[in-house]
Amino acid sequence: MIYSIIRFPGSNCDWDMYYVLRDVMNVVPQFVDYREKSLPQDTVAVLIPGGFSYGDYLRSGAIARFSPIMDAVKKFAYAGNPVIGICNGFQILTEAGLLPGALRSNDSLNFICKPQKLVVENNQTIFTKRFDLKQTVMFPIAHGEGNYYCDSATLQDLKDHHQIVLRYQNNPNGSTDDIAGIINQKGNVLGMMPHPERASEAVLGGEDGKMLFQSLIESMTQNV
Amino acid sequence: MYNAKIYVTYKESILDPQGEAIKTALHRLNYENVKAVTVGKYFEIKIEDHGQNIEEQVRKMSDELLANINMETYRFEISRIEED
Repeated sequence: MIYSIIRFPGSNCDWDMYYVLRDVMNVVPQFVDYREKSLPQDTVAVLIPGGFSYGDYLRSGAIARFSPIMDAVKKFAYAGNPVIGICNGFQILTEAGLLPGALRSNDSLNFICKPQKLVVENNQTIFTKRFDLKQTVMFPIAHGEGNYYCDSATLQDLKDHHQIVLRYQNNPNGSTDDIAGIINQKGNVLGMMPHPERASEAVLGGEDGKMLFQSLIESMTQNV
Repeated sequence: MYNAKIYVTYKESILDPQGEAIKTALHRLNYENVKAVTVGKYFEIKIEDHGQNIEEQVRKMSDELLANINMETYRFEISRIEED
């Protein structure tokens, strides 16, 4: 059971993710280079970490979606397997069409790096089942382009299918409907701007993020 | 050879925070009559003529990559240029 972490040129939260999975969660992570054409055979979940893939050229995530590995990631996602994109990973998933909407510049134009209170809006997903509904959790954000946008029809669709998984308690960036994280309709692709991997140890200020990884790992072990 | 000039901007319904910031700066310079500023991206793409429908090709490139049509819109001009 391998948790594959995709590394693009400019990914910079890859080691954080690797460390949390290996040392905190005690599962087996593996880095997968963006030039690879396939995922490790025993991959049970794909994690796309934060960073500035391809220097955020054109738009954040816009170029990463053309990387050789992305065809394999898409195939993996279309088959119903879990994929999480965090921060730049979320941007990549929207650009790749695996999640609806897009991420714009923060309305303040500032890069914001600070802890944020989030509300769990859907705890019936493989990524959030350890949380209580409406539970408040604290994850840090660190982004300049985390301002989620979708048109009103898409927003209604997200609401109708319970796809809004996390909302900001105090919207820091102008996101439509306070959205911090969404899931696809099938329930296997999650994108979120906040960083659970930076909130998985008390020494770093909080452990709320751990529950997200616990939920995923539990879902994976129960499946086997 | 064609030269395609493509302009990408946020859709009108979307607040353009950079445009707003620049508008404020222009007001500070006493250009009080500035009513709106739109910031966008500008591309110039040189494309060989292979007998293709050039407008269709530029539109496809814009939809697929140059613009994120969830939040952006674009317009373009195409002209013929001399081969290098």
